[in-house]
Amino acid sequence: MNADGSALVTAPTMVAADRRETRRYLLLLLPALLTLGAFFVYPLFGILLRSVYKNGYTLESYRQIVRTSVYLTVIALTFRTAAVVTLIALLLGYPLAYVLATVRPRLARVLVVIVVLPFLTSIIVRTYAWMVLLGRNGVVNQYLVALGLTQAPLPLLYNQAGVVVGMTYVLLPFMVLTLASVMRGIDPALVRAAHSLGASRWQAFRRVFLPLSAPGIAGGTLLVFILSLGFFITPALMGGPSDVMIAMLIEREVEFTLNWSFASALGVILLALTLIGFAVYYRLMRLERLFEGLG
Amino acid sequence: MAAPEGVRAGAEVRLQGLTKLFGPVVAVSDVSMTVPAGSFFTLLGPSGSGKTTTLMMVAGFVHPSRGAIAIDGIDVAALPPQKRDLGMVFQSYAVFPHLTVSENIAFPLEVRKVSAAEIRRRVGEALELVRLTGYERRLPRQLSGGEQQRVALARALVFRPRVLLMDEPLGALDKKLRAHMQLELKRIQRHLHVTVIYVTHDQEEALTMSDRVAVMRGGQTEQVGTPAELYESPVSPFVADFVGESNFLDGVVISTSPDGRAVVRAEGGLELRGTSREPLHVGQRVVAAVRPEKIVPQDARASELNRGKGVVDQIVYAGDATRYSVALGATGTLTVKVQNRLASRQLATGDLVELAWDPGDTRLFARASDER
Repeated sequence: MNADGSALVTAPTMVAADRRETRRYLLLLLPALLTLGAFFVYPLFGILLRSVYKNGYTLESYRQIVRTSVYLTVIALTFRTAAVVTLIALLLGYPLAYVLATVRPRLARVLVVIVVLPFLTSIIVRTYAWMVLLGRNGVVNQYLVALGLTQAPLPLLYNQAGVVVGMTYVLLPFMVLTLASVMRGIDPALVRAAHSLGASRWQAFRRVFLPLSAPGIAGGTLLVFILSLGFFITPALMGGPSDVMIAMLIEREVEFTLNWSFASALGVILLALTLIGFAVYYRLMRLERLFEGLG
Repeated sequence: MAAPEGVRAGAEVRLQGLTKLFGPVVAVSDVSMTVPAGSFFTLLGPSGSGKTTTLMMVAGFVHPSRGAIAIDGIDVAALPPQKRDLGMVFQSYAVFPHLTVSENIAFPLEVRKVSAAEIRRRVGEALELVRLTGYERRLPRQLSGGEQQRVALARALVFRPRVLLMDEPLGALDKKLRAHMQLELKRIQRHLHVTVIYVTHDQEEALTMSDRVAVMRGGQTEQVGTPAELYESPVSPFVADFVGESNFLDGVVISTSPDGRAVVRAEGGLELRGTSREPLHVGQRVVAAVRPEKIVPQDARASELNRGKGVVDQIVYAGDATRYSVALGATGTLTVKVQNRLASRQLATGDLVELAWDPGDTRLFARASDER
């Protein structure tokens, strides 16, 4: 009885305190919300409107995209490239992130700087550097020929391979840093415990470290995949004529055809597909975790 | 030393000249000891004394720079941890957060390819042993610290290791729970006859749980013995101070007798009689150590007792006992612990008291010549 009574007395003041707290958080969020609203949400609505407006409201642009196989091919290619880049970045990034997360703190700091260093240079400069390396008479081909591994220089540039190499290079740090931040949170005693319980190195990795690093894999792949979908400079410079990704298509419509309605429709489709992909992925991850819990 | 008859599981662990250097730092220096099969053996020491490094070398996580580790006579120093078949309970419990209680306990059996039916049976047994039946499907984050501790213990015992290693396993628990877990641990250890090597910095824990204790200091073993041996006949002022509590009085030997007893003149002129493990000679500088509960205030017993007159300086009341600080002039201040028995009169600050204690309770330690 007594406890109930005091709860009744304190409840309204608690609500008031909560409300004050909420108001303070809103105030802190305000600058970000205003900026995002003015420079992101508002233009996005503009694109949405423009995609259905061409001398009056019409769905013609969408109809055209769905009917033309070239556009569908480009969309498919975009998703495939993003998937390949994400997979390679994961395979290359996971061991690197593991080293980063498990070496002595001082060495780890040095390694992080090395991983982040490329961000200090413009992406265009870095892409041109790759073009110099991968070209017909580039460093890589010169070595391959000199070592007798190939007779003639390999086509490494202006094709799918060039695009994947360039994009993986640019996006790898995002994968590594996301993975490493999760791995650093894994208590090293857990892996030791697995060993003390009789697990081999592989068993300890497979059954303890890998599942615990799963949130990092999920976050890293999602981040790299979404960034890949909208990639423009690297595929434009390092791809061949047939390696057109959706962002390049949009640019062409805006710059040359001046068909803004069509460009907007492409943009909306990219956004929609990205959101659907995100939703599916989110679901999958959730299910995965559920299975883990149920064993 | 062979395992006594009737003991099934425990193995004898023998360390021989075990040494670990981290660069120029000597973490463990020439440690040799024998952990009898089936015994509860504690490595006790302050932080930095090398006790955890010693344990980690037995576990296989730290490679010894020199020395041998033999389990039941077989040298394991070159084996990786997963080949040593030792159970280990970590300070942080290290319960796998993504696995349920029963999956955690099944882990060591699964990596050993035990059949599913056998796993189910033994996990059930282990849960019963640590009294967690009914918790099978819970995740570690749904458990309290004490419950996680039990999961870690069950997991370390389920594959029937010959030796169980524990690294300050109760450090994170509150006092009540710790006392409870100490009893549980002893119960389980007696039930399974498993050899336990236990690391702690808590001397009380070491005294109450262990069959034998090794007191470590600066990477070396200071003394190995039963709790009673450590408490009643410490070999050094360090042990006298670290295990339990002691008063220390500086003095000079003025006479000796062949039975190991000696008379010492403490600073301030107080004459004490005491006992030493090693022969002393007249004129030698010594430290006399006496436990607070061995000193009786206002006692008028026989003349062979050490006596000193002093003034009560400070009083700390602790329920079952009271601790007095008694100033003995230039000799120094002695801590005196008096059990609050029925009708025992409480002293007040400023009271003049006469203190008395037995020479047998006064340990004399020779001072190294370079000290003071």
